[in-house]
Amino acid sequence: MSDFNVRADSVNVEQIMEQIRARIREKRGVDYTEQQIRELAAVKLEKFLDPRSVRSDLLEYFRKTPPPPERPNYDFGEDTLFETHRGVVRWFRRLLQPILKLFFNPNPLIQALHIQSRLNTINAERESARHGIDQLYYELIHNLVLETTRAGIEIKNLKMRVESLASRVEFNERRARALESVVVYKSDEERQQRPAAPPAPIPIEGRATQPSAPPASPSTAPTPPAVEGPGQRSRRRRRRRGRRGRGPAAAVMNGENAARPDTPAASEPLSTEDLSTFTGAESHRSETPATPADSDRDSDGEDESQ
Amino acid sequence: MKVAVVVQRYGPDINGGAELHARYIAEHLARHADVEVLTTCATDYVTWRNERPTGVETINGVPVRRFRVKRERDPDGFGRRSEHVFEERHSIRDELAWIDAEGPTSRSLIQFITRRAAEYDYFLFFSYRYYHAYHGARAAAPRAVLVPTAERDEAIGLAIFKPLFRGVRGVMYNSPEERAMIHAVSGNHEVPGIVVGVGSDVPNNPQSNRFRQKYNIRSPFAVYVGRIDQNKGCNELFEFFQGYLRDVSGKLSLILIGNSLLPIPQHPRIRHLGFVDDADKFDAMAAADVLIMPSYFESLSMVALEAWALSKAVLVNGKCDVLKGQCIRSNAGLFYEGYAEFAETLHAIEANRWLAAALGRNGRQFFRESYDWSVIERKYLDMFERLKTEAPKRTMEPLPGWLERRRRHVPAAKDVVANLPVGPADGELRGDARRRA
Repeated sequence: MSDFNVRADSVNVEQIMEQIRARIREKRGVDYTEQQIRELAAVKLEKFLDPRSVRSDLLEYFRKTPPPPERPNYDFGEDTLFETHRGVVRWFRRLLQPILKLFFNPNPLIQALHIQSRLNTINAERESARHGIDQLYYELIHNLVLETTRAGIEIKNLKMRVESLASRVEFNERRARALESVVVYKSDEERQQRPAAPPAPIPIEGRATQPSAPPASPSTAPTPPAVEGPGQRSRRRRRRRGRRGRGPAAAVMNGENAARPDTPAASEPLSTEDLSTFTGAESHRSETPATPADSDRDSDGEDESQ
Repeated sequence: MKVAVVVQRYGPDINGGAELHARYIAEHLARHADVEVLTTCATDYVTWRNERPTGVETINGVPVRRFRVKRERDPDGFGRRSEHVFEERHSIRDELAWIDAEGPTSRSLIQFITRRAAEYDYFLFFSYRYYHAYHGARAAAPRAVLVPTAERDEAIGLAIFKPLFRGVRGVMYNSPEERAMIHAVSGNHEVPGIVVGVGSDVPNNPQSNRFRQKYNIRSPFAVYVGRIDQNKGCNELFEFFQGYLRDVSGKLSLILIGNSLLPIPQHPRIRHLGFVDDADKFDAMAAADVLIMPSYFESLSMVALEAWALSKAVLVNGKCDVLKGQCIRSNAGLFYEGYAEFAETLHAIEANRWLAAALGRNGRQFFRESYDWSVIERKYLDMFERLKTEAPKRTMEPLPGWLERRRRHVPAAKDVVANLPVGPADGELRGDARRRA
């Protein structure tokens, strides 16, 4: 919670609580209300309850478990206490019932036993209904376990994918860094010591039409390309900036004399390699390679402004 | 001016919220008026057993007159009656039986008030829901000023209390939420009333290091002070804090202060210190990073006020309108309504020291502006002055007749409470707090 944008001297509790709730929503992904969560859970459960999706021996096992045995019960009416299969005895009991009631009142006892018998019946019904609900619960639990396992596996797979992507990103970064470091910087002297057959120069707009431009001075053996150091890219930028201020880049690179358009060095056509090294076009993949025309336009513009 | 403070229990060792409130008020008003306390011989609020002798004694310079409780409370019978009047349609007679069962049933106290009412200018009745306040305020209605200390529980929905709220001379509310609730339930808008609350005698230099050394506590901690009871939301607090402990980024421990009626979870970062004296309590609050108040039902949390007086941030249960309202008005505390909010708010206070400090500063300012003793005393004295000049607008309504009392037409108290407005009220303090922020 270090990202509160409330100033310390103006604490507003309601605002902070709003931020905290927003943060909770962010963490949850979506802020579901209790009602929505229940609805979602209900939808899921309905899906689980589809018997076609049940694939469990465990469930079968639970289904095979026998229902609870019937519990003993009895019917208890008003005359149950005085019942008998002997008619005479029954007659005597009825006859003597008023006398019995003089000693104690059997009615509450009868009533209590009657209620008890009804309770027993209700309980038995409830028990059998519960057996059915239990089956449903087993099914639910089974499916929940199944789904949890599936979700676990999915999470594992996703984790592995994330790891693989992370390693690929890392590899790409390293590759990009390596490519940056192999960009060659060549100084003026190195360029002059170029091998006898230099690559064909790319005609530069405005310069390619100069047939009198002398070829680059031959060199007997090419010098190994200097590997660009860590500070060279920034040096290149500085140089570019400096060039804008001081005239054409070629002039800057070739010293003060070369800056004059009439000097031979200034009119020397630049090779592709030189240009790419000069503009730093390959220093980063994301940068659009600067065309020679661009570099000319830069210098021309500066000249005009001067 | 002679004022009687009438309360169910009284004593320096009695730490119930309303009782402590009454004692503080009595002791502070004694500087401005002739104050006498009328109370019972009971010290236990569950049984109301007579444990103190009857007669007059002096406590901290205030004369205290004690009366015997006629019969102890039968918890089972009271529970049954509560269930009946709270859950089912019932009669006024059932409610009167409920208040008799609740107690403390001290007829001698009520008789004393009836006989000697003329000797006092005002009677301050604390806790509307008890026998002494209900019957006492009816006996001395023209002089009765009620300090309801009402919470949003079912008792407020009982029909017998509506005439009581309408018939007293004045009402000293603890919070704007309490006032809004009582207005909604009884329609006593005409009765002079003011939101006052209570101050607290907080020491100037609490010693946090002394507390840490005494109880060997090194790590940062959150503190809970009060009775550790399900009614105070402690079950939920334990559940939420155990969830917080599972998060490795949280470093706070939980220190519990107060008598426990619940099993305390066994965890090295949850410690129960039991009942401690006031010095240790204030030292603990000063040493704590935050005070947690998980109660669902509060009319005014004195502990929260004390924490604010010590410039401490407070984390409260947002389902309690009063606590939430206090936090919003003061800009001095955060609130939660579920585990996610509990964990996030606790992390916010723990991780952002400036936030905890700013909340604490606001709390101290809020306490000074609203709950300083000079403010509280002034509000009471102003109310007495106002009542002296204003004629009573209503008189206490008589109880219904014999047949009417037996008619089962009163709705279940639970249903009445469910229809009351919810949420923090826009109190008069809110504007000040906003301006300050």
